[in-house]
Amino acid sequence: MSILNAKEPIGPLEMRWKKHLFDLALVAPQNRNKHKIIVIGTGLAGASLCATLGEAGYRVSSFCFQDSPRRAHSIAAQGGINATKNYQNDGDSVWRLFYDTIKGGDFRARESNVYRLAELSANIIDQAVAQGVPFAREYSGYLVNRSFGGTQVSRTFYARGQTGQQLLLGAYGAMSRQVESGQVTHHSRTEMLEIITIDSKARGVVVRDLVSGELSTHLADCVVLCTGGYSNAYYLSTNAKGCNTSATWRAFKQGAYFANPGFTQIHPTCIPPTGENQSKLTLMSESLRNDGRIWAPKNKADCEKNPKDIKEEDRDYFLERMYPAFSNLVPRDVASRTVKYICDEGYGVGVKIHNQRLGVYLDFSNVIEKIGLEAVEEKYGNLFEMYERITDENPYETPMKIYPAPHYSMGGLWVDYNLMTTLDGLFAAGEANFSDHGANRLGASALMQGLADGYFILPQTIANYLARNTFDDIDENHDQVQAALSSVKNRIDQLMQAPDAQHSPEYFHQKLGKVLWESCGMSREKGKLEQAIVELNDLKREFWQKIKVTGIDKDLNQTLERAGRVADFIELGELMCKDALKREESCGAHAREEYLSSAGEAKRDDENFSFVSAWEYHKESAKLHEEHLHFEFIKPTVRNYK
Amino acid sequence: MIFTLHIWRQKSPQVEGNFSTYTINDIDGDTSFLEMLDQLNEQLIHQDEDCIVFDYDCREGICGACSLVINGYPHGEKTATTTCQLYMREYKNETELWIEPWRASSFPVLKDLTVDRSAFDRIIQSGGYVSVHTGSAPEANNILVKKNTADEAFSAAECIGCGACVAVCPNASATLFVAAKISHLDLLPQGKIETTERAHNMTQQMEVEGFGSCSNHRHCERVCPKGISLQNITRMNNILG
Ligand SMILES: Cc1cc2nc3c(=O)[nH]c(=O)nc-3n(C[C@H](O)[C@H](O)[C@H](O)COP(=O)(O)OP(=O)(O)OC[C@H]3O[C@@H](n4cnc5c(N)ncnc54)[C@H](O)[C@@H]3O)c2cc1C
Ligand code: SF4
Ligand code: FES
Repeated sequence: MSILNAKEPIGPLEMRWKKHLFDLALVAPQNRNKHKIIVIGTGLAGASLCATLGEAGYRVSSFCFQDSPRRAHSIAAQGGINATKNYQNDGDSVWRLFYDTIKGGDFRARESNVYRLAELSANIIDQAVAQGVPFAREYSGYLVNRSFGGTQVSRTFYARGQTGQQLLLGAYGAMSRQVESGQVTHHSRTEMLEIITIDSKARGVVVRDLVSGELSTHLADCVVLCTGGYSNAYYLSTNAKGCNTSATWRAFKQGAYFANPGFTQIHPTCIPPTGENQSKLTLMSESLRNDGRIWAPKNKADCEKNPKDIKEEDRDYFLERMYPAFSNLVPRDVASRTVKYICDEGYGVGVKIHNQRLGVYLDFSNVIEKIGLEAVEEKYGNLFEMYERITDENPYETPMKIYPAPHYSMGGLWVDYNLMTTLDGLFAAGEANFSDHGANRLGASALMQGLADGYFILPQTIANYLARNTFDDIDENHDQVQAALSSVKNRIDQLMQAPDAQHSPEYFHQKLGKVLWESCGMSREKGKLEQAIVELNDLKREFWQKIKVTGIDKDLNQTLERAGRVADFIELGELMCKDALKREESCGAHAREEYLSSAGEAKRDDENFSFVSAWEYHKESAKLHEEHLHFEFIKPTVRNYK
Repeated sequence: MIFTLHIWRQKSPQVEGNFSTYTINDIDGDTSFLEMLDQLNEQLIHQDEDCIVFDYDCREGICGACSLVINGYPHGEKTATTTCQLYMREYKNETELWIEPWRASSFPVLKDLTVDRSAFDRIIQSGGYVSVHTGSAPEANNILVKKNTADEAFSAAECIGCGACVAVCPNASATLFVAAKISHLDLLPQGKIETTERAHNMTQQMEVEGFGSCSNHRHCERVCPKGISLQNITRMNNILG
């Protein structure tokens, strides 16, 4: 039944990308300026792509909704970026990063893609250092590495707690150089609202100028979406407020398949919510788990106490107890689920919300004793300060409180080995595609993937697409262009003039978030998912009846922007639940209560579910296609972190 | 807590703006400053009024989008803090708060509290990078950098491009922002080669954009949420000779 062709090369794994590169067609330098490419999104994936395409001589038009590319959500990444340099001589290799990523993703990713990612990782560090990214260094002048969530080697490069910021500023600089050279024309404060498809090929976009509210169309030979992830579907997440699914959702509706929408990562170490009006959750870098010890009270009676008054023997270091080999460094999904389990059992700490305490302690007293306050400050100073700023508590004295929060979407647009979606001429990169992380992403690997896609993979595969296709001249008056434009206009009109306008976008977003968090969050179950699908259908209907947007559309109108994004999130939410319902197994971050061992570990079902689910849009109901995964090099084993 | 908010409302760059006064109740100390404005906006939607526009994205102090002048201070009175990291526990109950956009002719107001900072992008375009082609980078550990130097470069590279330094400066100068980028790249061997040209191009673009020049008022360092140091200006001036 599958019509999906991943276009994976065959042969020895280490030769696949090299051979593929040789087989890809090229565009001669003098012809490149004839091709125009649209890039939506200028975070790590998009900015690195714009820079590289511009240098190569293509004409690029790029768009982002913030007021500058430098503010993309990538800026917030804290912990670091992986690369297989093996500078620490601790047994790291391309093969090991490949192995860790496949295993970490619980055998739900494509071997060829993941191997390529591991291969390219070292080049990214070289590129970033050459751009002036100030990574941490030893006194000898060499680059430092640390170990990061779920791995036993030190392969993570970092720039204090601001690795994403420094990498993005590097890519933004490289992109800015191409704006100066005239190859890249960039449009900030501009949101893409529709893909223009002509003769079954993506040929352009409809965008809204967020300042004037004017709509316009832009045409090109191909379109690339680098628009980030959709964790904000849950309302409260660690993502920036503007992160959204609108671009990928429009693409889905135009024929690009959506892969693994139910695979979302809930990050274990975030600051717990404190009240009803909170607008976002803040991540505390995973690196804290290297030295912090996670515990909860052994006795429920102690949950209200000041942690200082809880005796050592009354503390349950539950990760160390349950997973002695990896202890506090188990992968994110395992850590998150265990924390939730502990709180659900009534051992949580912190303020009560809806009658439950959502928090456990992350304690640094041991490490402070061992290496001293100053050394801890050097390592984590900025994170501790950030924690204190938000919570008004000093983590040098009182243990931090943490709770899991939605953080990363492994799912995204389905792409083949060339990172092209099922819609010809539409590519997807970075968090917007589903490609490399399977059912669970390892720490410090998203930055790596976005930059591998943008600097090294897409510039080659896009050239191949341009060389192998011909492009008819089209202009603004083309029927399809006008049709796309008027569908956007209609949608805006509907948002502005709901028949029974009553509720703000936030109202609907919070409702959606609640449904998703409860039924499609850290653990899922058939009955709850079915119920959620019904509720989200109702919510969608209610939304279009009652959404209230004040002000006018031909203006800077943030309420209108939010309303459009929430409308798409509601539809995506339903697909997330459907996907989670269909997958009758537990794997990675996807934990179905029916398929967990008594110890709470995921029971994967390779016989029936060793596939990528790829959903095709249909008006009545999305249709599932399966891309079956073949493991030629690593035998799927039970992921065991005990 | 209850607050009286005097908020700058301006429909577009062309028309004049003025303060409108609002009251907001039931704010607790753990609410962030921007969450308080969110709640006010919810109230406005309820009353069929156009929401107050203000910039934000990360709400973690790193993207540089948020940009409010609060009671005369860019990013509020608390030091080393962006607007999004301010919590209402900083303010006494029933305080009156005056909330304005960045004010500088090179940052025209777009609407309400939102300004156009694209001038900063154009300054970076004029030279705020190392001219290296993708793929031509040498092995990363081939060029060693002293730890202290790398740390110093990092401290300059921390600038989030928010523009508070411009907003507070009597001359609306962007010198601290420009110097931070020039210093960051000058300190590293990778950036050193282009340093003189970069410094000239960027400072020239700063003038083209209409930012004033630096006359050592030193307000910028005080309001900078990332603690960007004035030493960067000294380094820049040395490069410019
Ligand atoms: C708090 C936090 C910490 C993290 N830490 C790490 C880490 O330490 N290591 C790691 O590897 N990963 C980390 N991640 C994950 C990583 O940061 C992201 O996955 C990655 O940066 C995504 O990059 P991107 O380029 O795909 O998308 P983004 O950086 O999200 O960029 C999306 C771009 O698309 C644009 N856009 C979106 N929709 C539209 C539209 N409709 N029209 C126009 N433009 C649009 C935006 O303006 C933006 O430019 C972290 C994530 C979070 C939330
Ligand atoms: S120097 Fe400081 S105040 Fe100025 S833009 Fe940079 S971070 Fe903002
Ligand atoms: S919203 Fe990003 S720095 Fe304030």
